[in-house]
Amino acid sequence: MRMNTGHIGAVVRKEVRDYRRSRSVVGTMTVLPLIFLVEPTLVILRLSPSTSAGAVQKSVGSVFLLLLIAPAIIPAVIATYSVVGEREQGTLEPLLTTPLRREELLLGKAVAAIVPAIGIAYLLFAFIEVIARIFARNAAVAPALWAGPHVLAEILFAPLIAGWSIWVCIGISARSSDVRVAQQLGTLASLPPLAVVALISFDVFTPSVTLAVVFALVLLTADVALWRIVSAMFDRERLITGAKALRP
Amino acid sequence: MVERVPGHRAEADRSSEPPALVVDHLTKRFGGRTAFEDVSFTVTSGEVFGFLGPNGAGKTTTVRTLGTLVAPTSGSAVVAGIPLTADNGTEIRQRISIMPENPGLYVRLTVVENLELFAGLYGLRNHGPRIDQALEAVNLTARARDACGSLSKGLRQRVGLARALLNDPAVMFLDEPTSGLDPVAAREVHDLINGLRQRGVTVFLTTHRLEEAERLCHRVAILNTTLRSVGRTDELRQSLFRRSLVVETVAPLDAPDGVFSRTAAVESWRSDGTATYMLTVADPRTAAPAVTRALVAAGADVLSISEPHHSLEDVYLKLIDEDPEAPPA
Repeated sequence: MRMNTGHIGAVVRKEVRDYRRSRSVVGTMTVLPLIFLVEPTLVILRLSPSTSAGAVQKSVGSVFLLLLIAPAIIPAVIATYSVVGEREQGTLEPLLTTPLRREELLLGKAVAAIVPAIGIAYLLFAFIEVIARIFARNAAVAPALWAGPHVLAEILFAPLIAGWSIWVCIGISARSSDVRVAQQLGTLASLPPLAVVALISFDVFTPSVTLAVVFALVLLTADVALWRIVSAMFDRERLITGAKALRP
Repeated sequence: MVERVPGHRAEADRSSEPPALVVDHLTKRFGGRTAFEDVSFTVTSGEVFGFLGPNGAGKTTTVRTLGTLVAPTSGSAVVAGIPLTADNGTEIRQRISIMPENPGLYVRLTVVENLELFAGLYGLRNHGPRIDQALEAVNLTARARDACGSLSKGLRQRVGLARALLNDPAVMFLDEPTSGLDPVAAREVHDLINGLRQRGVTVFLTTHRLEEAERLCHRVAILNTTLRSVGRTDELRQSLFRRSLVVETVAPLDAPDGVFSRTAAVESWRSDGTATYMLTVADPRTAAPAVTRALVAAGADVLSISEPHHSLEDVYLKLIDEDPEAPPA
């Protein structure tokens, strides 16, 4: 199947314009990152100069985990609204009367959700690193946070976890008839990849570049599979009429 | 679209082009519920085709089926020259446009931003002039930078029409375009559709406003789950109502049977008991002079001889009433 990048671009532009003028989306995208900053900052500032290297590593692991919750939760706000929101405001049917393919629509919505999520995740990581360098009492914190595997994992995992969250939430949105229910379910369903990150962060698995790359590849495969699955779940007829399409 | 065909396209011109829509025994069922059944008709290119029926008759589902939004249960159709199949959905949607009953605009976006989205989805390159033309066609240029949320319902319908014009569609489906509009706004929409008609745009107009269909459409179809009738409104009147003359005299005739039965052009007659007589005739144009002469010869003082007018509403109600399963309109 040939994807039309013009269609995807048109959807992305529309989504970004729409978000920018939505107080609730702008408010959520502003407040959530601030909330995600509080706990990692406290963890870093609590570490005394005498804290052992092992304890520092553990704390940095938890900081890293907390930072990766942001790209899982932040795009969920947008993604859960993506299809059910269009249905609620009556804009889905006109959209589906155009030559836009369902895969293009969903990809456009996913791109519009993932870009701010990744941007915010990287900004949070950079901000925590700056806090660690300036305010941390334990000198080992900043280098531990800036270690190769952590940086690589942040770069790789933030978009991949966001991707997982977005596809799961769009899938829920495509099957829901109520925005609030979709948002509640979406938030819960976007968390599973963090379980693996938690195991790495708390040294159940030893963090290494190989492990980060393997986990990233697994997540990437899952993201692509989810895009296909969610696209297949996107039933024009059911979304427009409420009745499942029965092929003759 | 706007620039395609200037001026009104003659009936002969239209009939020489391939049909814009061919629908053949099309049926759509949702589980055990039948939305419409065994529907067949053809729409000529450049025609404004009215699709009438009561609420729940299946009009919107027909539009959605022809617009590839829902799959037919059985039957076939050719839309804008392309067979209606699941594989052809994208190609069909590229060549048609549908304006749903609710125009479904992004209220936080401006009029132009809404149109830019759809121009992008129709793959229009250098879409600025096309958007300007569409806005001009619906007299909305002055409101182009306004947020759609700030527009009245009538203006939103106009934005929906502008959006439907963007891709220069081979067939434009307008689903209840004046639903919920006040008379002034409805009239504006009528004028816009009339403009489309004069430019030769093929329009498939669903409505339950009969005066709207009568005023705008070349032909109408009346649907009530099954198709009740298709044709020009005058053809439908002729097929449904026997031709007749209404004769009114100053006083009741002494021997009406002697007057009317002896007039060859009159097939039958009846009286309502006063000085008004309803005559069934084959051709009112030849019968009226003959009846006038017979009445004058009989010494009657004639007040009027006229052909009763059957509105599209009469046609519609007769057809809907004939259907025992018809839901109330």
